[in-house]
Amino acid sequence: MRHRSWPKLPFWLTYVFLYAPVVVLVVMSFSAGDSPYSFEGFSLRWYGELAGDDEILHGLVNTLIVAAGSAALSTVLGTLLAVGAGRGTRPRLLDAVTLLPAVVPDLLLAIGLLVLYAAVRLTLGLHSVLLAHAVFGTAFVAALVRTRLAHTDPSLEEASRDLGATPLATFVRITLPSLAPGIAAGALLAFTLSVDEFVIAFFTAAPTEPTLPVVVYSMIRFGVTPEINALATLLLAVSFTAVVAAQRLTRSTTGGPRG
Amino acid sequence: MKRWPLTGPGVTYLTVFMVVPLGLVLSYAFFRRGRFGGVVYEPTTENLARLADPLYTDVLLHSTWIAALTTVLALLIGYPTAHVIAGLPRRRQTIALVAVVLPFWTSFLVRVYAWIVLLSGPGWLNKALRAIGLGPVEVLYTDAAVVAGLLYAYLPLMILPLYASLARLDPQLSEAAANLGAGPWTVFRTVTFPLTLPGVLTGCLFVFVPSFGNFVVPELLGGGRSVMVGNLVRDQFLKARDWPFGAALALALLAGLMVLLFAQAWAARRYAPR
Amino acid sequence: MRGMRTVGAIAAVLALVPLTGCGGDDNGSSGPDTLDAKADLTKQSLTVSIWDGYSPEDLPERVEKDLGVPVKIAHHATNEEIMAKLTGGGAGGGSGIDVAFVSGQYAQALNEAGLLEPIHADLVPNLKNLYPEARQLAYDKGNTFSVPYTWGTTGLCYRTDLVKQPPTSWNDLLKPPAELKKKVTMMTTERWLALPALKVLGHSVNTTSDEELADARTLLLDAKKNLLAYDDTTFGDRLTKGESALAEAWDGWCPTSDPKIRFTVPKEGSDLWVDTMVVLKSSENKEAAHALINYILDPEIHSWAAENILYKVPNKAAMEQVDPKLLRANAPLRTTPADLLKGESIVDVGEAATKYTRLSTEVAAGS
Repeated sequence: MRHRSWPKLPFWLTYVFLYAPVVVLVVMSFSAGDSPYSFEGFSLRWYGELAGDDEILHGLVNTLIVAAGSAALSTVLGTLLAVGAGRGTRPRLLDAVTLLPAVVPDLLLAIGLLVLYAAVRLTLGLHSVLLAHAVFGTAFVAALVRTRLAHTDPSLEEASRDLGATPLATFVRITLPSLAPGIAAGALLAFTLSVDEFVIAFFTAAPTEPTLPVVVYSMIRFGVTPEINALATLLLAVSFTAVVAAQRLTRSTTGGPRG
Repeated sequence: MKRWPLTGPGVTYLTVFMVVPLGLVLSYAFFRRGRFGGVVYEPTTENLARLADPLYTDVLLHSTWIAALTTVLALLIGYPTAHVIAGLPRRRQTIALVAVVLPFWTSFLVRVYAWIVLLSGPGWLNKALRAIGLGPVEVLYTDAAVVAGLLYAYLPLMILPLYASLARLDPQLSEAAANLGAGPWTVFRTVTFPLTLPGVLTGCLFVFVPSFGNFVVPELLGGGRSVMVGNLVRDQFLKARDWPFGAALALALLAGLMVLLFAQAWAARRYAPR
Repeated sequence: MRGMRTVGAIAAVLALVPLTGCGGDDNGSSGPDTLDAKADLTKQSLTVSIWDGYSPEDLPERVEKDLGVPVKIAHHATNEEIMAKLTGGGAGGGSGIDVAFVSGQYAQALNEAGLLEPIHADLVPNLKNLYPEARQLAYDKGNTFSVPYTWGTTGLCYRTDLVKQPPTSWNDLLKPPAELKKKVTMMTTERWLALPALKVLGHSVNTTSDEELADARTLLLDAKKNLLAYDDTTFGDRLTKGESALAEAWDGWCPTSDPKIRFTVPKEGSDLWVDTMVVLKSSENKEAAHALINYILDPEIHSWAAENILYKVPNKAAMEQVDPKLLRANAPLRTTPADLLKGESIVDVGEAATKYTRLSTEVAAGS
C-alpha cells in the first residue's frame, strides 16, 4: 500500500536485464550448431562435449579440492577468531584484520600473494590457491560467526561454568552448538566464494593445475564456444537447486525466514 | 588474556597471507625492476614519478569514469527496483531477492561471456535490432560494452544494501509526510532518500570498488582497447615483468580506494538515522 | 595506525632477504649437468608448457606409449605469460616446468638469465634432420640452448571478399581505408606490436633507439583508433566469422584453408621468427626432456605436428613427408627456407628489452 506511487516498470525491466543473457545462454546450450549466434535445432551435443572435455573436468576437480580445503581451513580459523574476539567488545586491530580481505580489491591480494610466494620460493600448485582462498574465507566466516554470537545468550555459558564445567567442555557443549548455524553458513559461503573466485586463482595457480574459472577464462580468450553455454546452464541449475534447498532447510528449522 | 590462544592462529594466518603480502607489494614500489622480473634492491622513486605521466593519469581518470558511470547507472536502476521489492508482501520479497541474486551464482566469467554473445557484431542484440528495423550497432569492444558488463556483474551488490535500508524504513514517516501535504517527489527527496543514504553509500561502494580494479571485463568486452588500471597492474606482473611499477600502480589504486572508504565512513556517520 | 607500523616493520625485514625473482643465484655454481644417456625414462615425468593448439592433442598419449614418459601439458596464451611464469612467481622453487615452448628471442633472454640447460646434442641425434639454416639462427647459432620447433614470418591475413583491394603494405593495417575501420586486429606481444610500425618507418625490428621507438609509438597510438581489438590468439577465428577483415598474423595461424582468406607479406618486409623448445635448468627430468625433443624432431612426428597445426617446421626430413594436398591448400606452408631468411631475425636486445615492454604498456594505456 505504502509504495503504491512507485511504478513497477523499472522493476520488471531490471529483471529483463538480469535474465536476458541467462536465457540466451540456456537456450543456446541446446543448439546443435557451432555458432553461438543462431539456434540450429535441439541437441545435447554440447553437454556431451562438456562431459568429454578433460580440461574442464580437471579444472572442476581442482576447484572442488581448493574450495573444500580452503572452506575447512577458513571455518576453523574464522570460528576461533570470532569466539576469541568475544561478544560486545570490539578490539580494533582484530576488526581491521578481519575486515581487510573484504575491502582490499582481489587484484591487490592476488599480486601480494604472487610476490610472497616468489619471495619464499614456494612452488605454485593447488596448495597455493587453497592458502590464498582461506584468507577471504576466514574473514567471512569470522564475520558471520560473530553476528551469530551477538544473538546468542551468554547466560547459558555462565551457568555451565558455574556448574563446574571446564572452559573446554563449556565451549564444546554449549558455545559450539549455539553457533552451529553461523558456522555452517560461514563454511558454505567460504566454499561458494572459492568456487567462483577467478582473479586470485589466476595469479597463484600452477600452470598445470588451473581451477575451473581459470580454464573458462582461457576458453573464452581462445574464442567463443557453445560448450561454455552448457557449462553455464549446469552451474545455474546447481545453484538454483542449492538456493531452493537452503530455503527449505531454513524454513523447516526456524519456521520461516525472519525479515 | 584468554583471547590469544583462540585468535592467535587466525590473526597469524591473516598477517602472513594478507598483511605481509600487501606490505611487500607496496614496498616494491620503491625499488628498481629486475630485467627478468622481480626487483633489484636499489631504492628509487622513479616508479612513483612515472605515475605522474599523463598516459597513466589518463588511465586512472578513465577507470574512475567507467567505475563511476557503472555505479550511477546501478543506483538509477537499483533504487526503484529495491523500492518495489521492499513494498512487496514478505514471501514475494524473498522470491524477488533470490531472483536478483540467482544469475550472480553462475560464475562471474560466464556472465561476462554472455555479453560477448549478446553484443558482438553478428550477436543477439543486432538480431533483435534488425527485427524491429534498426541497427546494426557496434557495441562490443567499446566502453559501452565494458560498462554494460560491469553493471551486469555488480548490480546485485547495489540492490541488496538498498533493499536492506529500505526494508528497515518506518512506513509511518513517509505517510506522515504525505498526510502533511507533501507530494511523492518531496516525500522521496526529504524523507525516504536521506534515511536510506547509508544503504546508498554502501551499495555505491560495493559496485565502485570491484569495477575500478577490474581487468577481466575491459579485456574481454573492451577487446584490449579500453584499458583500466586493473589491466595495467595485471600486465606489469604477468606480461611486462615490471613488478615495481605494478606495485606503484597498486599503491595509487589502494590510496584512491582508501580515500573513498574514509569518505563513505564519514558520510555514513554524518547521515546515520538517529 | 599502530598496526600499520608493525606491517611496515615486517615488510622492511622481509625486504632485506635477497629475493631476486630471476633465480640467478645458482649461476656459476653449477655448469651443465652430466646427463645419463641410458637413464630409465619411465622413472621420469615431464611437464611441458606450450601455446594452446600448438601441438597435436594426442601428443601426451603418443609420448607415453613410445617413450614411456608420462607428460602433463600446461598452456600459455602468449610468450609474455610463460616468461612471467618462468622468471617470476616461484622461479627459485621451480615453476615445475621441464620443457617450455617460447619464441627465439625469449629463449635467448632465458638463457642469459641462467635459467636454461644447454642442449646436450648427443641426446638429440635427430638434430641432423633440421635444415642447415635452422642450425645457424641468429638468436642461437648451433642450437646450444634451444631447438627450433616451427618457424615463419609475420604478415597480413585478410578476407578477399571484405577488402576492396588486397593489402600490400603495413600501412593498410596502421592507416586502414574507410571500409576497414574497426575491422582490423593487431597483435600485442611486445615485439610484434612494434613490428608493423618499425617496418613502415624503415627501422630494424631489433632497434634500441629511443627516437625510433618513440616514432613507432606515435604510429601505433594512431592505429589504435581504427582497431577492432588487439588479438594474439583468436585473430584467425575472427576472420573466419567475419568479425574482422584484416589482421596482423603469424603465417601459420592465418586460416588459409578457407578459400576466402589469404596471407601476404607486406612490401616493407617482415621478420623471421622461430618458436623453440628449451629445457629448464630447474628440471629434474632432463634426460626425458631431451628424449622428448629428440622424439619431436623425428620426421614422422614433426611432419604429423606440421599437418596438425599447419605451421612450417624447420625439419627438412619432416617437410618432405607433409601431405602434398595440405601444401597445395596452404600457401604459407610452401615458403622455402631461403625465402624465410629474407625476413629480419628477431633477437633479444638485452637490457633494451624493457623499452619494448614499456612501449607495449604505453600503447595499451594510450587512447
